[in-house]
Amino acid sequence: MANPSPKRRARERAASLLALPATLFLAVFFVLPLARILLYALDGRLLLQADTWERVGRALGFTVYQAALSTLLTLVVGVPLAFLFARYEFPGKRLWRALLAVPFMLPTVVVAAGFNAFLGDRGWLNLTLMRLLGLGAPPVRFTGTLTAILVAHVFYNTTLVVRLLAHALEHLDPHLEQAARMLGADGGKVLRHVTLPLLRPSLLAATALVFLFDFTSFGVILLLGGPTFATLEVEIYVQGMHLLNLPLAALLSVVQLLCTAALSSLYSHLLPRIVTPFSLRPAEANLRAPRRWGEKLFLLSSLALLVALFLVPMTSVPFRSVARLEAARGERGEVRYGLTADYYRELFLNRRSSLFYVPPLAAARNSLAYALATVLLSMALGTPAAIALARRGQVARTLDALFMLPLGASAVTLGLGFLMVFRRAVTSPWLVPLAHTLIALPLVIRTLQPALASIPPRLQEAARVLGASPWRAWWTVEWPILWRASLAAATFAFTVSLGEFGATLLLARPEYPTLPVAIYRFLSQPGGLNYGQAMAMTTILMAFTTGGILLIERLRPPASTEF
Amino acid sequence: MRKIFIPLLLGLLVLTACGPRQPATLTVMTHDSFAASEEVIRAFEQENNVKVTFLASGDTGTALNKAILSKDAPLADVFYGVDNTFLSRALEAGIFEPYASPLLKDIPQEFQLDPESRALPVDYGDVCINYDKAYFAEHNLPIPQRLEDLTRPEYRGLLVVENPATSSPGLAFLLATVAHFGDPGYLDFWRALRENGVVVVNDWETAYYTNFSGSSGKGPQPMVVSYGSSPPAEVIFAEQPLEEAPTASLVGPNMCFRQVEFVGVLKGTKHRDLARKFVDFMLSVRFQEDMPLQMFVFPVNPQAKLPDAFVQYAQIPEQPARLDPALIAANREKWIQAWTETVLR
Amino acid sequence: MLEVVNIHKTYEGQPLLTGVSFAVARGETVCLLGPSGSGKSTLLRIVAGLEEAEEGRVYWEGEDITHVPPHRRRMGMVFQDYALFPHLTVAENVAFGLRMQGWSPQDQRARVREVLERVRLSGFENRRVTDLSGGEQQRVALARALAPRPHVLMLDEPLGALDRALREELLEELRGILRASDVAAIYVTHDQEEAAAVADRILILHGGKIVREGTPFEVWNDPGSLWVARFLGVGNILFGECRPGSGSPALKTPLGVFPLSCPHCHEPGTRIAAILRPSAVEESADGEIRSRVADVLFQREHFRVSLENGLYVFFPRAPQIGETVALRLRAPLQCVGE
Repeated sequence: MANPSPKRRARERAASLLALPATLFLAVFFVLPLARILLYALDGRLLLQADTWERVGRALGFTVYQAALSTLLTLVVGVPLAFLFARYEFPGKRLWRALLAVPFMLPTVVVAAGFNAFLGDRGWLNLTLMRLLGLGAPPVRFTGTLTAILVAHVFYNTTLVVRLLAHALEHLDPHLEQAARMLGADGGKVLRHVTLPLLRPSLLAATALVFLFDFTSFGVILLLGGPTFATLEVEIYVQGMHLLNLPLAALLSVVQLLCTAALSSLYSHLLPRIVTPFSLRPAEANLRAPRRWGEKLFLLSSLALLVALFLVPMTSVPFRSVARLEAARGERGEVRYGLTADYYRELFLNRRSSLFYVPPLAAARNSLAYALATVLLSMALGTPAAIALARRGQVARTLDALFMLPLGASAVTLGLGFLMVFRRAVTSPWLVPLAHTLIALPLVIRTLQPALASIPPRLQEAARVLGASPWRAWWTVEWPILWRASLAAATFAFTVSLGEFGATLLLARPEYPTLPVAIYRFLSQPGGLNYGQAMAMTTILMAFTTGGILLIERLRPPASTEF
Repeated sequence: MRKIFIPLLLGLLVLTACGPRQPATLTVMTHDSFAASEEVIRAFEQENNVKVTFLASGDTGTALNKAILSKDAPLADVFYGVDNTFLSRALEAGIFEPYASPLLKDIPQEFQLDPESRALPVDYGDVCINYDKAYFAEHNLPIPQRLEDLTRPEYRGLLVVENPATSSPGLAFLLATVAHFGDPGYLDFWRALRENGVVVVNDWETAYYTNFSGSSGKGPQPMVVSYGSSPPAEVIFAEQPLEEAPTASLVGPNMCFRQVEFVGVLKGTKHRDLARKFVDFMLSVRFQEDMPLQMFVFPVNPQAKLPDAFVQYAQIPEQPARLDPALIAANREKWIQAWTETVLR
Repeated sequence: MLEVVNIHKTYEGQPLLTGVSFAVARGETVCLLGPSGSGKSTLLRIVAGLEEAEEGRVYWEGEDITHVPPHRRRMGMVFQDYALFPHLTVAENVAFGLRMQGWSPQDQRARVREVLERVRLSGFENRRVTDLSGGEQQRVALARALAPRPHVLMLDEPLGALDRALREELLEELRGILRASDVAAIYVTHDQEEAAAVADRILILHGGKIVREGTPFEVWNDPGSLWVARFLGVGNILFGECRPGSGSPALKTPLGVFPLSCPHCHEPGTRIAAILRPSAVEESADGEIRSRVADVLFQREHFRVSLENGLYVFFPRAPQIGETVALRLRAPLQCVGE
């Protein structure tokens, strides 16, 4: 390539200005608090102690191991599902797609309860097997195993793979695969030589994100993995919050952050090598009903997987929210349930006239307000940043890696940093959407960027030649492509905010509790009514998320304006 | 950049936060489990022409961390929720200023663990093993009377405990065994318990709702480390009215560990008088009587009457395990570490 | 020989193809011509195996290949948007089919060089396809389809996205390449000039059926139906009353009475249509058709003159707009069926 002309370089500089707001945001709300707490807590003497490194090494080793394994499994489940959603029409598709995103925001306590009701020692799978086979002990061991961690990670993060990949897949020119078929490639070869190579940018983005989420996993390890497993984040929490050993917690946070930084720079280094601009097609061009028996088999087995891995653990929650244990508690035999609407009714009563009673509608309203603020803020910051990052350059690559970092930061440590920097302002409800935006921003950028990078520059030029002003060219050419990706990005921001409880718990004040916070309040006290109300509140949260996603997806532009 | 941005942001936040500033605002920093009746707090507000704001700041350890980290510019005037396992750390960090409340004279000496009255006791609760009454009746099992009984074969695999590294009741139970068996004798007990199939989970929620058979979770273990106040809570929060609590506590000698929670005036408060008034208020009969049903803890003020459900269903151990807070502060990490090596590895 | 027999296909509940049959011999180029939406591309995709027909069969050299999957049919396809693999270089694109068939690397290289030479792209081997111009991309697409020596080559509006000059240039090249190979080629287009230039035979698809078949010359000179005449734009269509006359019949129209080419009226007095080719009219001072000029268009060999009476004719000179011209018929009007 020839040296860029001065004019072009100036344009690139102007473009990187688009990333300025997001960079400033990150500097103020991420770099600053984190640097503050780390500088305060880090203690050089720790580095000299032998057992420090043994502890760090043990936690790091397990963290990487489980994250790699979880990511692999998530891809194995997610890639075929992405094909299913991108290529086939089948009944209930929209609902399935929305449901797949629900786990992403479910509190871990509830997910653990859902899996336990299904797979736990006294879950119905074990109870059924014990009765059928006449066994004395549960045959399936789930809780407290590595399997539980892996399954829960797949449960949580498959939606990332499906959304990022299906989006790219939907817009792949179907003629490319047909051309390969005509040239003698069978289904497998088409996949290996054409489809997957073209999907590499999205595949890489999905892999990097899933790995990061698994890498910093906290609740799943703590609740489903049990005490024998500890990731860096769990160890940070234990050291920092229970043993009040902030120096070690800070050191672990730095290790976690360094790993994230290494991973994100690897990502931004690889991405430009594999991005190939290709013409986009409207999604409808790739869609059809399954016809051949092989396709039907694929559809059926995928649906079976969706039911077993996603629907069943999820439905156990709404089920328990309307099911009451019949009297005779503590009886070891069969568990019988009765139908009840009590839990929902109780949600609306403040029986003990508590100051901290959370009306469900208020919690839902707060959650929704935070979620909307997060969507607006992360889109407003993320869209220009993604545009800036789509034009490659050294600055862009560095920024790109920087934007990924919040995903790898320990929420526990960051929360303390917020406190030290913002002091009294940390009690402001405004900080909640800001904290959520930190997590949502990398997702938004990751979703928009591959779409932007794949817009061939010629498309812009063609529009310019046709007499369009730069703004108009952007509006008529890039925006329609961006719009779809924007919807996917907004969905992510929305679910992240609805489900994020780490930051909310660290920052929120009792006047503005969100749905996840309210769920925790119920679960922290004994009693059947509290448990039932927690399940009812979770059901409300699930309904809100599903509804919200369906609504966002309805905002699709009419097909004619799309391309 | 930061110099301009943060004051700007703060200014904005302050503007939105304080509207008409008639009554002063008193801020109370607490852990997430704090609760109180609306009318009780409103009464205090009216009497003193003050608005009370509560800052829920995470679990006990997190809240204390926050108080310590912000001690140069305190977020609140009063901090409530440090317990006897964390007490020494709080006192060492010097977050509280002394306040010898006149009400302390009514409160039994056993709760007054800080002789300088920087941290004042508010409530206590016993971490005890709860058991599923129906299971024991159905299997004709005798109720364990001493900690040692738990290692007997008939209780194999019947107990679930919380990891002391991640859970506050888990730590309390570990401390009970340290108090009873001494160091390093407690490790032998835990070794035996491990061989007898003790189940360990990370948090109280999982232990109680997933593993315990006496709760709505219908788990596999009929014994769980929980609170002495859990049986009354089971009655009060029953799905259908219950005549009798489905669970009870094991209250043998040294089987329960007594957690005492403290309140203190934060150094650097701008409303010292109000803060002191609020501390007095928390020790007063009015608040002390409201507490049990809100937080499921026991009042330290003996003049406060217990609610019926507590009288009926809660057992108070005659001889709870006790350890000196300074000893706990010095050895917490070591004990947990040794416990982890013994039970988990 | 490729034989396509009685193809039926519905699209979104509407019948699209209702019994289409045709055959293409080795070395022959057949053009499928029809307006957009007539099902040309669908028919092509059925032949390629990319779509399945509800009814009908496809044979190659007498063997039924209706249910053979596309990757085993040995057919080549050139798409309108080229569908080049953006992640591969020019050479890798062209070699793709060879690789799929398991050619050795040396053979692949030799064949790629040979085919690229044929489409005049030698030296482009290592270029990225996304950096090529439209015409170059089109040539790569053609080279890629030809490289594995397909039995049948299908071209779906291959020049549709190119400008006119490039189209004419490529058309000529394409004809040369198709002549030189003994492939059976099916060329789909909606442009009759393109069809006339490249096809040995033209099939016109309309209403789900092939309505006219023949060499470009035959079809142009005898459209056979009013619809085909209009679609091809062979000339002015005049409607009128058929009157038997001495020798040949005549057509009475508002513009006058003109002789007809057909031997007799089927039913004298009925309304029929006839073609008045612009080439069959010349300017003459005593011409029987008089009208004022409405518009004049320069068309390289002549001027296309639109008249106020609705006719259009070709003039060697450019008349003034508004000028009255007189025209004379050199030949009788051509009858069309229906």
